[in-house]
Amino acid sequence: MTAPALSDTPPTSKSWWKKNQQRLAPWLFLAPGIFMFAVYVIIPIFQSISLSFYAWDGLGTKEWVGAANYVELMDDDAFYTSLKNNVLWLVLYMLAIPAGLFVALFLNQTVRGIRIYKSLFFFPFVISQVVVGLVFAWFYDPTNGLMNIILGWFGAGPIAVLADEDYVTYGIIAAGLWPQTAYCMILYLTGLNAVDPEQIEAARLDNAKGAKLLWYVILPQLRPATFIAVVVTVIGALRSFDLISIMTDGGPWGSSRVLAFYMYEQAFSEYGFRMGYGAAIAVVLFLIMMIYITGFLWKMYRDETGR
Amino acid sequence: MFQRTFMGAVLASTMLTAAAWAGELVINTDTSDPAPKAAFEALIKGFEAENPDVTVKWNLFDHEGYKTSIRNFLTADAPDLANWYAGNRMLPYVNAGLFEPVDDVWEANGLNESLASAKGSMTIDGKIWGVPYTYYQWGVYYRKDIFEANGIDVPTDWEAFKAAGAKLKEAGITPITIGTKYLWTTGGVFDYLNLRTNGYDFHMALTKGEIPWTDERVIATMNNWKELLDAGFFLENHAAYSWQEALAPMVQGDAAMYVMGNFAVAPLREAGLTDDQLGFFQFPMINPDVAMAEEAPTDTIHIPANAKNKEDAKKFLAYLARADVQSQINETLGQLPINKDSTVGDDKFLQAGYQMLSNTDGGIAQFFDRDAPAEMAKAGMEGFQEFMVKPERMMDILERLEKVRAKAY
Repeated sequence: MTAPALSDTPPTSKSWWKKNQQRLAPWLFLAPGIFMFAVYVIIPIFQSISLSFYAWDGLGTKEWVGAANYVELMDDDAFYTSLKNNVLWLVLYMLAIPAGLFVALFLNQTVRGIRIYKSLFFFPFVISQVVVGLVFAWFYDPTNGLMNIILGWFGAGPIAVLADEDYVTYGIIAAGLWPQTAYCMILYLTGLNAVDPEQIEAARLDNAKGAKLLWYVILPQLRPATFIAVVVTVIGALRSFDLISIMTDGGPWGSSRVLAFYMYEQAFSEYGFRMGYGAAIAVVLFLIMMIYITGFLWKMYRDETGR
Repeated sequence: MFQRTFMGAVLASTMLTAAAWAGELVINTDTSDPAPKAAFEALIKGFEAENPDVTVKWNLFDHEGYKTSIRNFLTADAPDLANWYAGNRMLPYVNAGLFEPVDDVWEANGLNESLASAKGSMTIDGKIWGVPYTYYQWGVYYRKDIFEANGIDVPTDWEAFKAAGAKLKEAGITPITIGTKYLWTTGGVFDYLNLRTNGYDFHMALTKGEIPWTDERVIATMNNWKELLDAGFFLENHAAYSWQEALAPMVQGDAAMYVMGNFAVAPLREAGLTDDQLGFFQFPMINPDVAMAEEAPTDTIHIPANAKNKEDAKKFLAYLARADVQSQINETLGQLPINKDSTVGDDKFLQAGYQMLSNTDGGIAQFFDRDAPAEMAKAGMEGFQEFMVKPERMMDILERLEKVRAKAY
């Protein structure tokens, strides 16, 4: 139908593009992102799911085993240890949010030299997780570490945090909280910049102060910052890997593993030749993340559509 | 002037590339520590001098990175030669058809004769899968001066060993230092205890998965270990330390012994211990009815099945297997040559190791993680670490290992 029109008036040959420009432009701009997202995120997810039904050493031929990997997981002590630690991480890592808020409130003042104090609190966020791990491993060192030297002054210890199955996960989470708190603090500092001074003044005139002022006036205005802080902290907790690898290598006897680390151990590490089993662990981790991602998307959708 | 040198350089480089086309041999190794690096440099230079038509391209990896990248490069972009380890550690690659059998190299160069001692650990399914070039002894490294100061003689049997430990404890010295953070050090201790309690054949059968971990004889080994643990033989908080960190107490004189491989000598010397302070002895006898077996891991070079230049690779293997070449490379490495006609460096620990291994009639094991398949090795060494801290969980641990055995083989 359009063919005769095209031949009649040459300029209209461009018009398809012109007509649809508005509709196409966003997709064109999105294309590189969608492509990368598909190649590195979406497709691998489905590959992992399909791989989890095979026994494969990463070298030879794959062998279909159905749900055997999952059945094995149900009977694997190491899996439950990792799962338990993952939950611990998720719960305790959330402490970074109130801690970050507290530090941000504390630093949000106009005092001489405040920038120096701020940069001291920024510092842990800037250094690499590997360095944080090394620093804390030294701090916990049972013979020469600062922590045990201090404990020694009070006649306590030494506690070998990283060699004790009861303490090790808490020790690593504490190390992780250091940079994570700094991250949340940065988010809250920027959030506090945007707090409306007039509202605060109005609240003060109504005689609100302290905790009430914080709870009813400031925190509601910090909601976007809190939302992002929760998002990055959950992500940080679920992908906790580098600290564990550096500080304990999953030990002692595997008691500080989380799912991400266990998956790596099974599939890629020095003794790992079980791609299928690793993939099954990855799928479980994915499902846990899915709960959270669903909530996240639902909230985004609600915000975008204006409830 | 400038132009002429420039032209010369261009000419030279074109000639070089031309030579590279004639025969380029790609070698991947993880020999990134100073001594192994120097040894390989010399090895490659020597080979190139004898084979002017072959140019060697050498890709050096770091240890940990190598272990993960070898899987990728063997399948995707294989070099002509790659180093690895003997025994079960090469099994996955052999099974996946990624290594080339080299029986013909052994046949043509009389290696069945000259490398006979390592033939067993290089053979899978009746074929030989590479050429070994070095090995080193394990045993007990100890502080001679501390032993002398406390009037302790080198123990040769179990009772004397325990008595020596008791005396050291009395003097406030930890008998044995160990760092188990990276697990494998526990494998060495277990291997020796099991080899001495039950002998080589049993140990091999166990690591091959033919014997249940809950077997009486394994329990006997663990009970021997427990005796040492109950007596406080090992460094406290060892799970927090790597093997290098565990060297410190020994250097400082807070610990007296280390069950280790010969590679521990170099860092101990660098830390300031002299040969008068540092000694070596064979792990003491436990069961007199069992022939003394030793632990001596072998390092090897293999031809990947996807290699492009197999002809020159075989030439290189033949060169590497030669007695004089192995003498020279191991002199630099500070380890022992495999070729029986090679000469051993005159370092006292090398000589001691050579004496010990030449007189071993019980058999030579590789190491726990090379004799046992990966999954079993990992679970086993983790169990040993747990056992060393919580000996009361012995049966739980053994039952768990038995569960892994049922799956891993």
